[in-house]
Formats: sequence, structure tokens, C-alpha cells
Amino acid sequence: MTELNHNNNSLKHDVFKNILVGLYEKNHDKIIGNSSVIIQKLRQKAFEHFKQNGFPDKKMESWRFTNPEPLFRDDYHIDFESKFRKIDVSKIFTCDVYDLDTYCITLINGWFAYQNSPLSRLKDGTVIGSLYKAMEIYPDIVEKYLGSVAKINEQGLVSLNTAFMQDGLFIYVPDNVKVEKPVQVINIVDSDKPVFIQPRNLIITGKNSNLTLVHCDHSLTHNISFTNTVSEVVLHENAFIDHYKVQNKGRNSALLTSLFFLQEKNSILANNVITLNGGFTRNQVDLSLTDENCTADLNGLYLMDRNQHVDNQVFVDHAASNSRSNQLYKGILDDQASGVFYGKVLVGRNSQNTKAFQNNKNILLTDETKINTQPFLEIYADDVKCSHGATVGQLDTDALFYMRSRGICERTAKQMLMYAFAGEVVKKISIEPLRDNITKLVEKRLKGELSICDQCILNCSSREPRFIQNILD
Amino acid sequence: MLTIKNLSVSVEGKLILKGLNLEVKEGEVHAIMGPNGSGKSTLASVISGRNYLTIEQGEVTYMGKNLLEIPPEVRSKEGIFLGFQYPVEIPGVSITNFMRTAINEKRKHLELKPLSGAEFLKLMEEKQKILKIQSKLTNRSVNEGFSGGEKKKNEIFQMALLEPKLAILDETDSGLDIDALKVVANGVNLLRRKDNATVVITHYQRLLDYVIPDFVHVLFDGMIVKSGGKELALELEEKGYNWIKESLKKT
Repeated sequence: MTELNHNNNSLKHDVFKNILVGLYEKNHDKIIGNSSVIIQKLRQKAFEHFKQNGFPDKKMESWRFTNPEPLFRDDYHIDFESKFRKIDVSKIFTCDVYDLDTYCITLINGWFAYQNSPLSRLKDGTVIGSLYKAMEIYPDIVEKYLGSVAKINEQGLVSLNTAFMQDGLFIYVPDNVKVEKPVQVINIVDSDKPVFIQPRNLIITGKNSNLTLVHCDHSLTHNISFTNTVSEVVLHENAFIDHYKVQNKGRNSALLTSLFFLQEKNSILANNVITLNGGFTRNQVDLSLTDENCTADLNGLYLMDRNQHVDNQVFVDHAASNSRSNQLYKGILDDQASGVFYGKVLVGRNSQNTKAFQNNKNILLTDETKINTQPFLEIYADDVKCSHGATVGQLDTDALFYMRSRGICERTAKQMLMYAFAGEVVKKISIEPLRDNITKLVEKRLKGELSICDQCILNCSSREPRFIQNILD
Repeated sequence: MLTIKNLSVSVEGKLILKGLNLEVKEGEVHAIMGPNGSGKSTLASVISGRNYLTIEQGEVTYMGKNLLEIPPEVRSKEGIFLGFQYPVEIPGVSITNFMRTAINEKRKHLELKPLSGAEFLKLMEEKQKILKIQSKLTNRSVNEGFSGGEKKKNEIFQMALLEPKLAILDETDSGLDIDALKVVANGVNLLRRKDNATVVITHYQRLLDYVIPDFVHVLFDGMIVKSGGKELALELEEKGYNWIKESLKKT
């Protein structure tokens, strides 16, 4: 299914599981590090679950069309001791979003990298920094929330992450605080050996707070990597989070992300998952609307080519009445790329007046591409407004001819149509510099430039695109 | 400018044009009339370069070049414009972006500097004014949600921006109310120059009240069976196409 230069003789589930179980037992003391008794218990419970149930396989409904087996190998390097470190990140990486003024956080191979302090407390009381450090300084907060949103005893990968978690991003926004600048976290994989990394992020936003979080995944080398990220995000009453997950990785990168959101009363979430490149990508968004009047906009865009594989899993649990969720996932697949969209909305018996919408649209550019799309609704309440739909098609040939008849060459015409298709999602990005940048990335991606130089984009932001005309007005 | 000799074209194995001849010179306006299914739109498709057709025989020469070998976008850049009978809706592509790309590709072809955003917007405003098109076009997607009349006016607007040498208007008048028809006709007349030519394909004589043709041709069963001046259109309007059929039977 995926090319992913991971070895052809990939290991069986059990063999790989046993390697990891062995590694956990052998490195137990290092993994535990500074974690408290409560975190230790959580970790141990998750480990037992993983040991018993192992990795997901094709027999599971949500893994029917994505085979994780090619990722299983015996030569992964896991860094148990690197700890967060002091490093001048700008020497190895500069972000491409020129005008975006952010609190910028970098994780290198899952470990927090910092210039001044591993954990900063802003004037307004917001805490941003390393989860490892937070376990030490704010144990009460970490213990209260860590493992409370993620389904640590239901999903093998989440259990595994919980057992092995050491570092990642920690954000705590106190009540009534509007975090002034967006927080940008950049996950960098940089290794000359195959690496297996498992960052763990914990984000808590207090009542009436406001946070914009941009989560970028990059790889610096073409080396083989397997990233298993778990994020837990809590929105307390009336909180607002604008969340972006942008990914542009090398073809040998496997990135599996599980994003768990918990929304309380009147909270608002805007979540955008943008997948531009990556050998093997699985994005899981799991959202619990636990109280009334929540709003969630879940948008996704995936542009894959060659043998890349992307799997988007969206689960929305409408556990209370009067809430609204809207999913819009759009994808363009080229060459032999394959994709999966699996969206589920669960509306509980008492969740009256729920509004839930799902839409997945795909363009397949060749006969060899493949998409499995399955949006579905499970509704137990009787007064709801829900809809779901999926489309799979090609570029409109009449539109293409119309454009050519006005002097626009076929290549540009196709790009304009693809861009128009993708634009519906890109337009939803509310931070302007980020939207401009994603626009440029999407344009480059659709022109095939980003795939030619996957990594190049990171370091040569001054490079002029070959085709100067701006596709977007 | 345009010479069509003995052109036969089939669509999905069915012969539609059967040895058609036509000569269009600079400064001329030609009207091609004919009943449904006579091959009018197929002729427009051949000139604009649609690929679902099979050229069985004959030649089409444009400005001394074999037109049939030129891809559609190059035809446009060399000055051919087709006003579509059914303009296509392109959601998500704004008219501004669409036409600016088109114009700048043409300018690149002609080795001219591309127009900046501001220059282009100015040009758009100018043309809208000349054509008396009031609707706000700039931020709308190409033809999306346009009424029939708006779509046709938009075709004329595109023509005005591209300033073609040879414009083929394929039933641009069909489905228009009298006001829209006037805008369309007015546009065609305004854009008329000594060094360009227009071919108007139409069912009805109505448009020809506003756009006075130099020549009228009757296309019937894949051939031009009768040619004449503007009075031929009036005669057709009066006597109907059966008159042509009858007169053909006699010969």
C-alpha cells in the first residue's frame, strides 16, 4: 500500500510489539524519569493494555484500508535520554511563515528544544513549554489532565504513546486569558538513523480563554522515521481554540497523529488538518462535545502523489444537546497515491437539537489512485439536523477546455482547478499570514514543486517559484 | 484570415460536416444560420479545437497556418475566440484571476510584459464601462450562479478583454431577453475593426437586426448550401428553413 522505503520484510505485529515491550522493560527507569506516582500508574496501565492488545490490524474497522505493517522494523532508534535541550534552533531550521509572529516552540525528535527556558510563564499567566518539565513544576495540573481526554486504554497506538511518553508540548491557559500571539510548535525529525519517536502534547485552555495553536511537522532528512504523536486538548467553558496541524514530511516519514479534544459548554473549536507530503500519514481527530452549545469546525485538506498514503479518521461524539459540528475534508490524489476518509458522528439519546454535518470530496487525477471514503452518522436522538456526503471525481473536462480556449495552457488550467478545489478549505484558515503561506505551499504542492524538493522548502524560502502568476487572488 | 476547404468531420462515427467550404477575410462579419443538427456547433468546435471530433478530410487554414495542428490554448493566443453556447461554470476560480491568467499567458506568447494586478483591474473596469456591464464581476467565480444572460454577457466581456482577431460566437443570442441581446450586439459592434473578423452562429434573424453581417450562409446537413448578403437572413426568417429544404430537393 505504501512505498515507504521501510524494508520489504516488515515485521509481524507480534514481533514488533515484543521488541517494544522489551525496550520498555529494559529502559523502564529512564522512561519514568521524573514522573509522579500517578503518572507512573497511568503509564503502567497503558503499557499493560498495549502488551495485551498490541498494534491495530486490518481486522479493525478503522484500519481496514491502512496497513501499518510496513512501519514495523527492528532497527529503530529510540532516544530515552536525550531530554529537552538548549539549542539555537534557528541554526537548523527556519520557519517559512514570514510574517507570523508567534511563540515558537520546537521539538526535535520529540524532545523539547529551547533557547531560554524549558518552561515559560507569560505575564498573563499562560504557561508554555516542555511537558517533561511541567511534570516536575506543575504536577497537579499534569496529573489532573494527562490521560483524561485520550483513549489510552482503547487504541494500541495511544496506549503505546502513553507508556513511552517523556516529553512534548505543554500549554496551560488560565481562565479569562486571551493568548496574544499564536503558539507555533514545530516538530522536527532529524536523525541519520531510523527513529521511532512519540511526542505527547497536553493543552489546557481555561474558561473564557482564547488560544491559537499551529502545529507543524517537518523532517530535515530523508531518513526513515516513525512518529506516533498523541495530543490532548481541553477546552473549558466558553474557551476558543483555533488549531492547525500542517504537515510536510519526507517520503520515508510515517506520521501518525492522534488529536483528542474535549469541549465544555459554549466552547468553540476550529481545527484544520493539512497534509501536504509524507510517505504514510494518519490523522486521527477525536472530539467529545460534553456539554451544550459547543461549536466545532473540522476541516481537512490532503494532497498526495506518488505512493503516498493518507488516512483521515474523524470521530465526533455529540454527548450533549444544542451543539454543532461540521466536517469538511477535501483531497487530491495523483500518481498511485491512496487515501482513506473515515468519519463518524455519534449523537447520543439526549443530544437533541444537534447539528452535525460531514462532507468528504476527492479528486482522483489518475486511474491508479485510490480513495476509501466512509462518512457516517449514528443517531439516537430524534430531533437533530445531520447530513453526510462524499464525492469522488476527476477534474471537470468542460472547465478545462473552457480555460484552454481562453489561452490558458492545460497545466496551468489544471492547477487552477485543483487550487479552486483546495481553496475551499484553505479559505477557512483565519490567521492571514498562515493562510497566505499555506496558499503558497498548496500552490507549490499542486505544481509538483514541493514533492521534487520535499525538504528544500524549509531552507530556501527565498526561492522564486518557477511560475510567477499567483493562483489565488 | 480563415479558409476552410472541403471539411468533413465526424463525431462518434457519425458524419456531421460533409465537405464544408468557408472563407472569412479581415473586416468581415459572417452569419451562419441553419436548423438544429445541421452542424453549426460542430463547426465552432473545430475552429476552437475541441478534441472529441474526428477530422475525416479537408483543411482549415488560419493566418496562413494549418489550424488543425495547433492546440486550443495557442489558437486563443493567436487571436481566435469562441463565445460558448453554454459557458462553463468554474466554482472557486474568480473571473479576475481567470482572465488575468488568460491575458498574461497571451502577453507572454506575444512577448509582452505581464499586466500587474492593478493594471489588469483598470483594464477590466474600462471594458465593463464600454460594454455597459453593470454587474460586479471581480470577486465572482467564473459563471457560477450566473443567469443565462449574465453568462452570455460575460462571454462578450471576455472577448473584449482578449481582443481577438477572429471571434466565433456560437448561439450567443439564444435565450437572451432584448436588453441582454442589445448588450451582446453592442459589444460585437464595438469590437469590430478593419483587421478583425466575426462569425456569428445563430438560429434566428433577431441578432442580425443589431449586428449587420456582410455575408449570410445557410448551413444544412453539414454543408453550406446557400450564401448571400444580409437580405438572405430576412428571407430565411420569412420563409423558414423548409424553403431551403424544398429548393434543395428541386436541384
